[in-house]
Amino acid sequence: MTASAKRSTAAPGYRDAHERMGFFTDTTVCIGCKACEVACKEWNLIPSSDTAMTGNSYDNTGGLGADTWRHVAFIEQRVPEITAMGVSGVFTGERVARPGSTAAGSAPAPPVGGEPVDLARIGGDGFAGDQTVDRDSIDFTRTGEDGLVVPIGSSADAQLRWLMSSDVCKHCTTAACLDVCPTGSLFKTEFATVVVQPDICNGCGYCVPACPYGVLDRREDDGRVWKCTLCYDRLRDGQEPACAKACPTDSINFGPHADMLAMARERLDEVVDAGYAGAQLYGDGPSGGVDGAGSLFLLLDEPEVYGLPPDPVAPSKQLRSMWRAAAAASGALVAGVAMALLGGRR
Amino acid sequence: MNGSVSRSQLVRGGRGSVVPAVELRTYYDQPVIKQPVWTWEIPWYFFIGGLSGASAVLTGVVSASGHRRLARAARRVSTAALVPSPVLLIMDLGRPERFHHMLRVVRPTSPMSVGSWTLFAFSGAQAGATLLAELDRLPRLRALADLAAAALGSVMTTYTAVLFSDTAVPVWHEARRELPFVFAAGAAASAGAATMLVAGDAGGPARRLAIGGAVAELAAVEAMHRRLGELDEPYELADAARYARAAKWLTTAGAVVTGVGGRSRALRAVGAGMILGAALCERWAVYRAGFISARDPKYTVGPQRSRIDRQRRATGTA
Repeated sequence: MTASAKRSTAAPGYRDAHERMGFFTDTTVCIGCKACEVACKEWNLIPSSDTAMTGNSYDNTGGLGADTWRHVAFIEQRVPEITAMGVSGVFTGERVARPGSTAAGSAPAPPVGGEPVDLARIGGDGFAGDQTVDRDSIDFTRTGEDGLVVPIGSSADAQLRWLMSSDVCKHCTTAACLDVCPTGSLFKTEFATVVVQPDICNGCGYCVPACPYGVLDRREDDGRVWKCTLCYDRLRDGQEPACAKACPTDSINFGPHADMLAMARERLDEVVDAGYAGAQLYGDGPSGGVDGAGSLFLLLDEPEVYGLPPDPVAPSKQLRSMWRAAAAASGALVAGVAMALLGGRR
Repeated sequence: MNGSVSRSQLVRGGRGSVVPAVELRTYYDQPVIKQPVWTWEIPWYFFIGGLSGASAVLTGVVSASGHRRLARAARRVSTAALVPSPVLLIMDLGRPERFHHMLRVVRPTSPMSVGSWTLFAFSGAQAGATLLAELDRLPRLRALADLAAAALGSVMTTYTAVLFSDTAVPVWHEARRELPFVFAAGAAASAGAATMLVAGDAGGPARRLAIGGAVAELAAVEAMHRRLGELDEPYELADAARYARAAKWLTTAGAVVTGVGGRSRALRAVGAGMILGAALCERWAVYRAGFISARDPKYTVGPQRSRIDRQRRATGTA
């Protein structure tokens, strides 16, 4: 049996074998509409969250949590800046060779734009003063070392790319949250998804720091932990999850995990061929930290740029060595107590 | 920032930085993992639960060797520390009225499930032993209960370390080999200190346990910091640093005072108090450092990124 076929079977313990179901989130076509966030909230009756301006682009939900089961991340990148940081695979418009072949040649970075502009010369309302400065060429979000605003010199330098990605629970093969749950509230469904049973959860909070992706959180006024159920109720009725249903660009795809994996790999080839050498699949590894995720992602940059851990490991994988260390320490304690007695009664 | 760590303390590439050379890339410095939702009850429970467990070990060993007075003192300490333990744990739950859900399944993969069942069984053994000892009845059954409580008590002192280590919290997970020794040593020291206070003249072995435990605690804590290496930075920040410093000084001073002032009841009390305070502070240091390391994405992303880079270099697929 191949690794991929093995991972595609559903959770053990079910009489009616069902295919493993999962997401493939293709972030290259995400437009940041947040329809997934809204659909998820509506279908799952999730309480509203505090809406505050974070200042982090259009992201005002911050991250996944008890009341956010789909989270759209917005990343604004200036191409010259990220190229200067040595980030490989930024879109250059040039076709590049596939990773693994020898002729990988992405274009060098275009130089960063013109001379710094003294803000004082521009005038009170920003643009009324020195008319020689073209307002469209000024980037007010970025300053040089001397604190002066840096104008963007040419259109090539002004390249800005906007990464958007809808994050969700990964529905891990080896799920740390499930492993550490002391009540049996977390369980694996017949679709091999990971679900919290709200009538069992007593809010011990152990799954919250156990998850290597920071997905679960406790709802403060409720006391229990909540997370994405991959719309377990809809799945049982043969429906796709609310987020996938609502996604207008098919950035969120849903189906049998094996199909999602095939779709993701095919799409990666397309995207790399189109010049995005930094494109990568996330969660597809058969081995590794969580033994493969039920939610796959196609990313255009490194995972940490999207707020995802680059090499997550389910902490419970080390459980045996932890108990060994604990047993040794307990043994040392008993030995220490015995030694304290050797010195006599006084 | 919602905590007491200011951004300026976490400058990348600074002393002890996880990733010194390359700029670490994060999503608006948002945490990658969630901070625990646990509150003050947990470090307090780790302290008194460990004290109770180690005192039960002391009781078992001492009563097996026939020191009745010392055994009685240690047993009383253990029971007194045990009584508030489940209360603290239940208070910390999001749904305290559902505490019994802990006992609806046995899950060996969950250190909290193992711990809940251990505490449950330990409470039974300890209650039985205490009852029989105080009533002076059925000495053989009491000895059996003492033995059971000692065995379970040794688990009580270390399972809490496994519970912390089995999370994605960087300073807890990466200290998984040393944390049980830190907790066991602290528990031994505090059990010795508390029993020494109660036992009076019969407390010689307890005093030696307090001093020995304190020395072992210093060594185990040092080993933990060395293991963490660059990841040790959270122990140098904010309240975690204050607790860690207090623990170190109190352990050292407590061991010295207890060792030197053996004949003086007042000095013994001061030393015992210091050692007990040290064990409590050490748990608070570990607890708070965990929060700090969970909050800043550099402690999560940095080591993982280095791991990937190492693997890529090793396989030559940079």
